[in-house]
Amino acid sequence: MSRPPLLVVRDLAVTFPGTGGLRLQAVRGIDLDLNDGEALGVVGESGSGKSVSMLGLLGLLPEQAKVTGSVLFRGQELLGMAPRALQAIRGARIGMIFQDPLTALNPVLRVGEQIVEAIRIHHPGVSRKAAMARAVDLLDLVSIPQPRERVRQYPHEFSGGMRQRVMIAMAVANEPELLIADEPTTALDVTVQAQILELLQDLRSRLGIGLVLITHDLGVVAGTADTVAVMYAGRIVEHGAVDALFEAPRHPYTRGLLAALPTLEVADRPLVGIEGRPPSLRERPSGCAFHPRCAFAQARCRVEMPELRHVGSTWSACHFAETLPPGLDVGTPSPAHAADGGR
Amino acid sequence: MARYIVRRLVAMPLLLLGVVTIAFLLSHFTQADPLTSIVGERQMNNQAVVEAARKRWGLDRSLPEQYLVYVGNLLTGDLGISFRTKQPVAYDLKLRLPATLELVVAAMLIGTAAGVALGVVAARFHDRPSDHAARLFALVGASTPVFWSGLILLYVFSVQLGWLPGPGRIDARGAAPPFVTGMYTLDSLIAGDFATFRSALSHLVLPACVLGWTMIGIVSRMVRASMLDVLGQEYVLTARAKGASELRVLLNHALRNALIPALTIIGFSFAYLITGAILTETIFAWPGVGSYAVAAARELDHPAIIGVTIVGGAAFLLANLLTDIAYALVDPRVRVGGARGS
Amino acid sequence: MIALSRPVLARRPDWATLPVLIGAAIVGAWIIVALTIHWWSPYDPVQLVGRRLMPPSAEHWLGTDALGRDVLSRTLYGVRHSLPIAALVVAVAVLIGFLLGAGAGFVGGILDAVVMRLVDVTLSFPPILLAMAVTASLGPGLRNAAIAMVIVWWPVYARLMRAQVLAMRGREHVDAAVTSGARPARVLFTHILPLCWSPIIVNASMDFGQIVLLVASLSFIGLGAVPPTPEWGQMISEGALHFYHWWIAAGPGIAILTIVLGFNFLGDALRDILDPRSR
Repeated sequence: MSRPPLLVVRDLAVTFPGTGGLRLQAVRGIDLDLNDGEALGVVGESGSGKSVSMLGLLGLLPEQAKVTGSVLFRGQELLGMAPRALQAIRGARIGMIFQDPLTALNPVLRVGEQIVEAIRIHHPGVSRKAAMARAVDLLDLVSIPQPRERVRQYPHEFSGGMRQRVMIAMAVANEPELLIADEPTTALDVTVQAQILELLQDLRSRLGIGLVLITHDLGVVAGTADTVAVMYAGRIVEHGAVDALFEAPRHPYTRGLLAALPTLEVADRPLVGIEGRPPSLRERPSGCAFHPRCAFAQARCRVEMPELRHVGSTWSACHFAETLPPGLDVGTPSPAHAADGGR
Repeated sequence: MARYIVRRLVAMPLLLLGVVTIAFLLSHFTQADPLTSIVGERQMNNQAVVEAARKRWGLDRSLPEQYLVYVGNLLTGDLGISFRTKQPVAYDLKLRLPATLELVVAAMLIGTAAGVALGVVAARFHDRPSDHAARLFALVGASTPVFWSGLILLYVFSVQLGWLPGPGRIDARGAAPPFVTGMYTLDSLIAGDFATFRSALSHLVLPACVLGWTMIGIVSRMVRASMLDVLGQEYVLTARAKGASELRVLLNHALRNALIPALTIIGFSFAYLITGAILTETIFAWPGVGSYAVAAARELDHPAIIGVTIVGGAAFLLANLLTDIAYALVDPRVRVGGARGS
Repeated sequence: MIALSRPVLARRPDWATLPVLIGAAIVGAWIIVALTIHWWSPYDPVQLVGRRLMPPSAEHWLGTDALGRDVLSRTLYGVRHSLPIAALVVAVAVLIGFLLGAGAGFVGGILDAVVMRLVDVTLSFPPILLAMAVTASLGPGLRNAAIAMVIVWWPVYARLMRAQVLAMRGREHVDAAVTSGARPARVLFTHILPLCWSPIIVNASMDFGQIVLLVASLSFIGLGAVPPTPEWGQMISEGALHFYHWWIAAGPGIAILTIVLGFNFLGDALRDILDPRSR
């Protein structure tokens, strides 16, 4: 391809100010690659830093946050770009949709006006009438019935799933090359979730846009993504093609997530969770952040932070990635480990 | 929403009655003997005159009867006769109302515009010098007695700098424009008389600014808090993600939402302005209801005092009601109702 | 802990911000003046001590007024009238508001209805108008002005107390006390009230400044302090008559400004401490 790759992220790191003058490291060492038309799933529990990474990428974090590293969008460096230039890219070449469409849409503006705004910010020459007509077309594109009437309604007059469709319509209004979806289905019913994911897939194939899908739900990623990055405590702990990751995960956390997925295939299987809770920003453990909850943890894990390296068919940040039992075995926690209290 | 408005409308007459009752009780339990003021000192010895006055004002009947007479008079628009001007109080008030209205409306416009602007600036530059400066300015405005700031500003701008004229609504030489609304600025515009308009406007500027300054404090504080709250909302993030400039985010998205709760404060500041107007009019020799009330208070002109109190109370109730209605209208979530379709 | 920079040296407590310190300093200074002025006042505030209408000079830092009294002394003495009156009005208004409001909230029924109607009606008036009307009825003078202001202000606290009591009534520990047989009064005083105080304190501290302004306003109109009392509003009224002798009004004006500002700073800070939601 003669065009530079869609998205190349290297060593992205984000820090926030904490109390007493210290800075807290929210995210570090993030490397991502995305090509045209591909879909990348970013998976992690809350607090893993997945949203922060994406917001940092686009310069949407509050001023106190400091973002370092390199983000090349079609070869252009986004970090440190002048605000005006960034604004020109946001909403036009990179679209973003958020988790809760009720709070993510302006409650006092009509839906049509919000879409029109998205269009006219980047195409000021377009008349209101033309923009409104396009808004109607967009609502139709995302399968909202009676778009001509609905375009004049307020967000609270729509159901959750419909609102999310509106958000998607708004995000693709200017035919972006990349779409970032931050937990687009989390606030929705399961049945509606499937519809939204289908819509995203549909748009992807029709408009050829690249997709970054952020979620805590591995099931969502399975059907939609080409590659998956698993994040924990601000780092990527495993990264690879979706099939490879699902069949032969090489990080205990990934395995834990997969094991926790309820399945209809095996009856009477007890639900398996991962013991403990993900650490908050201030309380990250030393060494490998996952070690307090990991059944395979050894002394080394407590001390040394593992680097991301190629293991089998995926990249994994685990000292013992090669030696993990095959398949999806998550192992059983040892009594001494359980007494550790997860700290 | 309609039910709420109806409830408020129904409660109004009762509240008004309460206002009137309190006013009546106040006027009844006064120190001075009203007869003396009505009849005049010299006539007090003349039994016939005293008796006639007593009858006319109903002072010889029992308290409940006097009350009924009083309320009855009120319903016909009779607020009594002013001891001081010897005119019906209602007539006096009608004459002076436009002047006060002009002042209060101008002050409200200035105070709202400045208050909102300061609030937005303070929120945008949260915790930075502009924020602190804006808050200090507003706070000083709320801490300064309006009759004093009026004096000082009058001295500075009129006496020392000569930029603005002295007290009064219009130049001594000038004549009032033909009566349409009673507000000199509007009327002179309507009549096309620009010289008078300029004169009226230049006289209006200082008192309106002084009065407006008193409300800048509460308005800007509310707008600031409201804006801070709104700026943390997700739809602001969405707007930024759409590529909107900071200005657009601030005005189109944040302010629009932030103004809704601020509306109540703006409406409520009407009370502040009434309070301030009374004092401002005195300083600037503004012939409105406020200076009338002050003159009445100074000379213990009870019918006038009570009359102004009733009218003030009624105006206050009305302003609050209108604010509530406006709030309900402005928020589309209240106005249009819940989700449709699935 | 993954920290990136060295910790800053220990800082002073969160609440000791600049406005608080300034506010406390101002109010403290005025209190000291109020308590001690009679020892160190340059001149007697009521006596004629100089030529009339003299501009500020070395002997009279704020000049003299229309009768030849020292403006600075009168300004400083003014706090002995404004401050105690404000304190008294706030205290009595809170007391009445508390009795009626808590009673209304706790007992409910007719008492509640009557008190709330009274509150609503009183709050229907612009405060200064009502105060003017009451003072005009009772006659001029600081005492009557104080009574008027109490009448105007108590509904605010009544409403506040009632809301608090109503909110607390539903709490579990109140139910527990009631079912264990405690008498209503005891429940009210030992279980409910101790938790209700913070909004009252916040409001009261902010109201101090407002009351000082109201007193001055009433005096300015002629309904509060009577000459020759060195009350600030009264002095400004005199100053307005002698407009070109700006120093007569300047002193008391700045005095009011500083003390109300001080109270506002303190009130703001108190609110930030006691009611973090309002930040």
